[in-house]
Amino acid sequence: MCGPPGLGWPCPGRDTVARVGVYLDSATAAPPNPVARQAFLAAIEDGWADPGRLYTPARRARRLLDAARETAAGVLGVRPDELRFTAGGTDAIRRAVAGVRRSRGRRLVVHSAVEHSAVIKAAGDDAVPVPVSRTGVVDLESLRAAVFSPEVALAAVQSANHEVGTVQPVAAAAQLCAEAGVPLLVDAAQSIGRTPLPTGWSLLTGSARKWGGPAGVGLLAVRKGTRWESPWDDAEADVPAVVAAAASLRAVAEAAQEESVRQRALVEEIRRTVAASVPDVEVVGEPDERLPHIVTFSCLYVDGEVLLTALDRAGFAVSSGSACTSDTLLPSHVLAAMGVLTHGNVRVSLHSGVSAEDVRAFLAVLPGVVAEARAEAGL
Amino acid sequence: MKLVIDALGKRCPLPVIMLAKLAAGQEPGTEIAVLADDPAAAVDIPAWCRMKGHTFVSTEGDRHTVRL
Repeated sequence: MCGPPGLGWPCPGRDTVARVGVYLDSATAAPPNPVARQAFLAAIEDGWADPGRLYTPARRARRLLDAARETAAGVLGVRPDELRFTAGGTDAIRRAVAGVRRSRGRRLVVHSAVEHSAVIKAAGDDAVPVPVSRTGVVDLESLRAAVFSPEVALAAVQSANHEVGTVQPVAAAAQLCAEAGVPLLVDAAQSIGRTPLPTGWSLLTGSARKWGGPAGVGLLAVRKGTRWESPWDDAEADVPAVVAAAASLRAVAEAAQEESVRQRALVEEIRRTVAASVPDVEVVGEPDERLPHIVTFSCLYVDGEVLLTALDRAGFAVSSGSACTSDTLLPSHVLAAMGVLTHGNVRVSLHSGVSAEDVRAFLAVLPGVVAEARAEAGL
Repeated sequence: MKLVIDALGKRCPLPVIMLAKLAAGQEPGTEIAVLADDPAAAVDIPAWCRMKGHTFVSTEGDRHTVRL
């Protein structure tokens, strides 16, 4: 079987490149939702023209874009004119931060120490990180102290953590920010399409590939009345990708309640079984106030990259926050801020295509993989 | 008794592995100083203490001291 046509020969064939395995990294990118694929194919037929022009094909593209915005706004519970599509989650975050800084004429960003690196990079040097608990919950007293400083442009608290699954007290944070008169940015990348969204935010961002839409599509919602202005011109909309993202969002949101119950039970089983079957392991993150799909643990004396590679060889795709698996060779700032073990780290994240059997197969191989890695290290 | 491990230039988990190997044969109350400049060591050595029931004493620069 051949791969995508038009890329020349030899092109990657599915049977040689994509080995059959269990994909457990939906927190990075969920496998494409079948609805996204159908919507994309239909929209590439009808929506290829520039939606900014005035002729018939352009109006067709414009109508598709408007329908996508209305659909996504409906899922998020915002007005369509509060929502814009961006070139991905990182782009949405950069626009949110730069747009508030520009409008308010201030630079300082107060953010939880466990925000996604996109937030930390967007904030840059003019930033105040707020500490978190051992389980990754932002410290509200420290947040209060930080947001009342007169130079603050914006506060950022994620809906839930992308590495350990801990849900943040966004409603309480929003209350504090409102008292201080500081807009609150909520990076909801891991929650959109999975759990009910928090309230009280001024700006909210998301990333379509986390809910089975295409990469390169993000969302930025700005509540009416928020001091924000577009920091640079919007990119030309990729209409088929935006349509696919919105269609996928609606599909996953409709199934979210049922799926989250199922995934939550599996995550609970992973947390319990890993703690019982692997010696010297620490399961991290909040035990209860957590996302339904993410579970993370760290194994003493094991190199995260060795673990990740061995699991991949056994047919399981997982992610790791250990230093050896990052480009910078620095440990995950999330695990470091929590003060939990950074080496031997494994993050498992579920999606609708992961069955209970898949999870049990993973749990069956894990203790042996860890033991083997430790034996290699002479322990 | 005070023991010192030189793990300078070694990446995690090696400093923690060296610490665990040395700690295995020691009496409770023994202090061990680990010299480690990998940024992960500053997080992982206190975490090791917590997980294994030892006391983390201090970090001064690249010197991380634990008490068994």
